[in-house]
Amino acid sequence: MAPNIHAGPVAIDAGRTLAATCANCHGTDGHSVGGTESLAGVPRDTLLRKLDAFSRGEKPATIMHQIAKGYTPEQLTLIADHFAAQRTHTGH
Amino acid sequence: MTNRRHFLAAMGAAALAGCAQLGKSARNAHVVVVGGGFGGAAAAKYLRLWSDGRVRVTLVERNAQFISCPMSNLVIGGVQTMGYLTHDYAGLRDHHGVRIIQDTVTAIDPSARELRLASGERLHYDRLLLSPGIDFMPESIEGLAGHEDGIPHAWKAGPQTALLHRQLAAMPDGGVFAIHIPKAPFRCPPGPYERASLVADYCRRHKPRAKVLVLDANADIQSKKGLFLAAWGDRYRGMIEYRPNNQLLGVDARTRTAKLEFDDIKADVLNVIPPQRAGKVVDLIGSRLVNDRWVSVNWLSTEVSDVPNVHVIGDATLSAPRMPKSGTMANQQAKVAAAAIVHLLADLPPNPSPVVMNTCYSYVGGDSAMHVASVHRFDTAEHTFLPVEGAGGLSAVASPAEATAAQAWARNIWADTLN
Repeated sequence: MAPNIHAGPVAIDAGRTLAATCANCHGTDGHSVGGTESLAGVPRDTLLRKLDAFSRGEKPATIMHQIAKGYTPEQLTLIADHFAAQRTHTGH
Repeated sequence: MTNRRHFLAAMGAAALAGCAQLGKSARNAHVVVVGGGFGGAAAAKYLRLWSDGRVRVTLVERNAQFISCPMSNLVIGGVQTMGYLTHDYAGLRDHHGVRIIQDTVTAIDPSARELRLASGERLHYDRLLLSPGIDFMPESIEGLAGHEDGIPHAWKAGPQTALLHRQLAAMPDGGVFAIHIPKAPFRCPPGPYERASLVADYCRRHKPRAKVLVLDANADIQSKKGLFLAAWGDRYRGMIEYRPNNQLLGVDARTRTAKLEFDDIKADVLNVIPPQRAGKVVDLIGSRLVNDRWVSVNWLSTEVSDVPNVHVIGDATLSAPRMPKSGTMANQQAKVAAAAIVHLLADLPPNPSPVVMNTCYSYVGGDSAMHVASVHRFDTAEHTFLPVEGAGGLSAVASPAEATAAQAWARNIWADTLN
C-alpha cells in the first residue's frame, strides 16, 4: 500500500467542495469575518429561496445574480445543505 | 484517454514506491506546498481541513509574511498603507497544524519525491504542490534588468509597492507617470488599468497638473474596458492618456526614458510591468513549459501533465479558457487541488465535476469600485474548465457600494486563505 490517510478512504462531501467556492466572500464554511452575510447555520430552504430569487433576477444584487446562475439547481441544493449543517459562531 | 492512462501509470508507480517502504506504511501521507500566496496558503489549509488532519502539510515560503497583491494599488495611490496588505502565517500553523518553513527550494527530484531547501534540509513528499506565482522576464526589454529600483514594477506586493508610492509622492506637479503593460497573458488583467485610475485619483488630490500615460503593448484594454473608459472620461478627463499597441523595446534607467517603436518618452515616474512566466521554481521539476512560460496541468486534479505526483496551481499555470490569473482564482484552484490530493492519497478518484468561480474587484478611485465575475465548470469532453454561459458579468457602473464590497471580499479571502 502507498502511504495513505488512515481510518479508511472517505470521499470529501460534494457540498463541502462546492460551498468552498463561496468562501472568498462569505468565509470558510460560511463563517463571514465581516461585510458579507454569514451563511453558516442558515436553514436550507431560506438559502435556496434567496439563491433562486438571485438566479431569476428577482432579488436586487450587485453580483449574486450573476454568480447564482453559474450553478445548477442540484449544486445549489448541495451548497445550501452544507451551509445549513454548519454551526453558527456564538459570542458575536 | 492519454491522460487517463498517464494517471493510472502514475498511481501504479506510487503504489510500487509504497510497497518498497512497507515499514513506513503506517505514517501519514505528507504533502509539501511551495509558495504561500493566495494559492499555496489556501491549499495548505484545505489539505488539513479536508483530510481531517490526517495529511501532514509543510509549507515552504521564502517571505516571513503574506503581502496581498490585490488591494496593493490602493497603497500606491495613497489610500491604504502596507499594514493593510500584510498578514502573517501564524493561523496556518496554530489553527491548522501546518509546518511552515521560511526558505527557498534549491532542487526537486520528482522520481525520488524529494526536495532540497537552501538550508540543506531535505523533504520527502507523497505529493508536491507548487504555487509559485510569476517571475519576470526583464531581459526581454533592453536596459531593464537590474534596474527595478529606478523603474519599479510593483507587480509583486512588498517593498516595490511602497517604492512606487514614494516615487509618485515625490513626483513634481505637472509630471508624467508612465505605466507600461506587457502583452497578455499577465497576472491580474484589470490591475494595470486600476493602477492608472488610482494614480490619477492621487494626482487629482495632490498634483492636479500631472498626467498618467498608459503604454499598453496590447491592442486594447484587457478587462472591464467600458467601465475604465467611463471613469477616465468622467473623473479623470484630460489626466489619463491611453496608447494601445505600444510595445516597449527598451528603457534608459538613468533618464527614466521608455523606448517605443516610433517614439522615446521621458517620464518622471516610469512603472514597467515586465513580461511574465511561471515562477522559476517550476524549472526544477523538468516539465516542458507551454511557450517556455506556463505549466500545463490536468485541471481535474491540477497534476502537472508530464510530471506525476506534482501539482501546480495559480498564475504559473497555462490558464483554462477565459480563466484569469487572479488571487481569487488561485484560492479556488487551491481547493480543487486540495480535494483531489486528499482523494488521490486515499486511492479515490478526484471529483469528476469540480467548479471554480472568480470575483474580481477593481477600484476606479479611492471610494469607488466595480467587479467582473465568472463561474467555471469542468467540461469532461474538453477536459478543462470552461466558463458557464449566461453566468457572471460586470458591474453596471462603478460605485461606493462596490468599494465596500471589495473590502469585504479582501477581509474574507485573506481569512479563508490564512486563518
